Amino acid sequence: MSVSSEDVRHIARLARLDLTAEEVERFRHELSTILAYVEQLDEVEAGHAAEPASPDQPLRADDVVPWPDLGSLLDAVPDLVAGYFRVPRVIE
Amino acid sequence: MSAGRFGGAAGLAASVRGGETTAAASVEAAFERIRAADGLHAFLSLREEAARSEAAEVDRRVARGSGADLPLAGVPVAVKDNIAVAGGPTTCGSRLLETFVPPFDATAIARLREAGAIVVGKTNLDEFAMGSSTENSAFGPTRNPHDPTRVAGGSSGGSVAAVAAGCVPLGLGSETGGSVRQPAAFCGAVGVKPTYGRVSRFGLVAFGSSLDQIGTIGRTVEDAALVLSVVAGSDPRDSTSSPEPVGELAAGLEDREPAGLRIGWPAEYFGEGLDPAILAACEEARDRLADGGAEIVDVSLPHSPYGIAVYYTVAIAEASSNLARYDGVRYGLRVPAGDLSSMYLKTRAAFGAELKRRIMLGTYVLSAGYYEAFYGKGTAVRARIRGDFERAFEQVDAILSPTTPTPAFPIGEKADDPLAMYLNDIYTVSANLAGIPAISLPWGRTPATVDRPALPIGIQLMGPDFLERRLFEIGRFLELQAPTE
Repeated sequence: MSVSSEDVRHIARLARLDLTAEEVERFRHELSTILAYVEQLDEVEAGHAAEPASPDQPLRADDVVPWPDLGSLLDAVPDLVAGYFRVPRVIE
Repeated sequence: MSAGRFGGAAGLAASVRGGETTAAASVEAAFERIRAADGLHAFLSLREEAARSEAAEVDRRVARGSGADLPLAGVPVAVKDNIAVAGGPTTCGSRLLETFVPPFDATAIARLREAGAIVVGKTNLDEFAMGSSTENSAFGPTRNPHDPTRVAGGSSGGSVAAVAAGCVPLGLGSETGGSVRQPAAFCGAVGVKPTYGRVSRFGLVAFGSSLDQIGTIGRTVEDAALVLSVVAGSDPRDSTSSPEPVGELAAGLEDREPAGLRIGWPAEYFGEGLDPAILAACEEARDRLADGGAEIVDVSLPHSPYGIAVYYTVAIAEASSNLARYDGVRYGLRVPAGDLSSMYLKTRAAFGAELKRRIMLGTYVLSAGYYEAFYGKGTAVRARIRGDFERAFEQVDAILSPTTPTPAFPIGEKADDPLAMYLNDIYTVSANLAGIPAISLPWGRTPATVDRPALPIGIQLMGPDFLERRLFEIGRFLELQAPTE
């Protein structure tokens, strides 16, 4: 498994990570090594269809339960203005 | 580091309930021991004021005569810093959450409080629990109480070191691939990975959601079992928590003799790369079980050697999804920038190297063109690993194995080789992938050589879903047989 610098930069864009040139080179090498190790899974004849971890996935009723103290949650917001999350301009 | 300093958590709680000592005295003594062991860097923050006031409340309840329903009355507990305790920091060992203060308790913490336990501090961990040595903490590594030049293991290294060094009798950690059992083996403590769903994950910061489980730490099997019995059980706030009844987990463990038990001996766990002293420890434990009347049965878990490869598809895929929420908008660190995209990038630059590596790997295996080849394949082999255990547990009651291939390694030794670090978890990840319970308990030490001092050895017991009690019974038997120091 060989990962190119372009692959690394593409994945970093998807993951919203800003990598330095040195990190791109390091991750190119490390991802290649680790993915080569993971490729041993091809020895197992098990197909490629994703399977749930557990067949038993219980559902609960979708009931609304109000949080007792909304203000305490909003205390953690980095930039809160009049109850709104303020972020930099998205659309020019 | 003696186990008898408190007479165990159960004994300490009984003394508090009986008025022979107080919760206040118990907490003060814990803070004194924590200060004396400061060099280990087991704790990231202490709750001195809050703990004193909670201890006073426990003492008032005892004085009023209503202490009888407090199984952990006045028992100090160390909690991994990825489990929310209201009103104090929960950093996850990360710059991203350095100033984050959760306004709520994790369900496990709420249950500890109801039982009269006192959380004395939050403990060090690999950033977001990703690592096997606690070296990936943004706040510096935790040191092994048996040799400060060596790692405590990880990712729950802080909680385990705090228990092993005698600071507190009990700890909570979390497991995704061995993060309680591996440090327990390295530090000479008992570490429990309960069945997936046994303990509510509400308030545990997510890493790999199909794997994550809160685990317990003690210096004895009984203590680790007792704290599990307090935190376990279904919770409407975690839909993956199981309705399976918890039952009595800690009392009367000695009443069950190994006679009639069938103990599995898995060939795949005793191959190349296993330290000879750890192999010898497992053989000794096996022989003691046989002496006690257990039948030793060779079992095969043929897909276990693929455990690490499966883990590094499934766990990292889930991790990259879970870590997408750290965007600087709703909580945690925000690094301001002129536009939204730059704000994301500058904020997420605060992740450490291992986090970036796993986010990159996880994003890669989930990306178009690779999803089936890596993630799909990983989940398919994961089902085979689970199938191996289901077949084995038709033949045996529990499986005995090493916890780790080596004892604690020197700080820095594997820092530049991520794959070597990952392979340290080769004997522990399968239980997480299969969802089954497992426990690591100390069994003597490696012989001292010129290169390394005598270091603790951990042996592992794995069992069928929700049969933690059976592991505790076998573990208790072995604990009484184990070489004493």
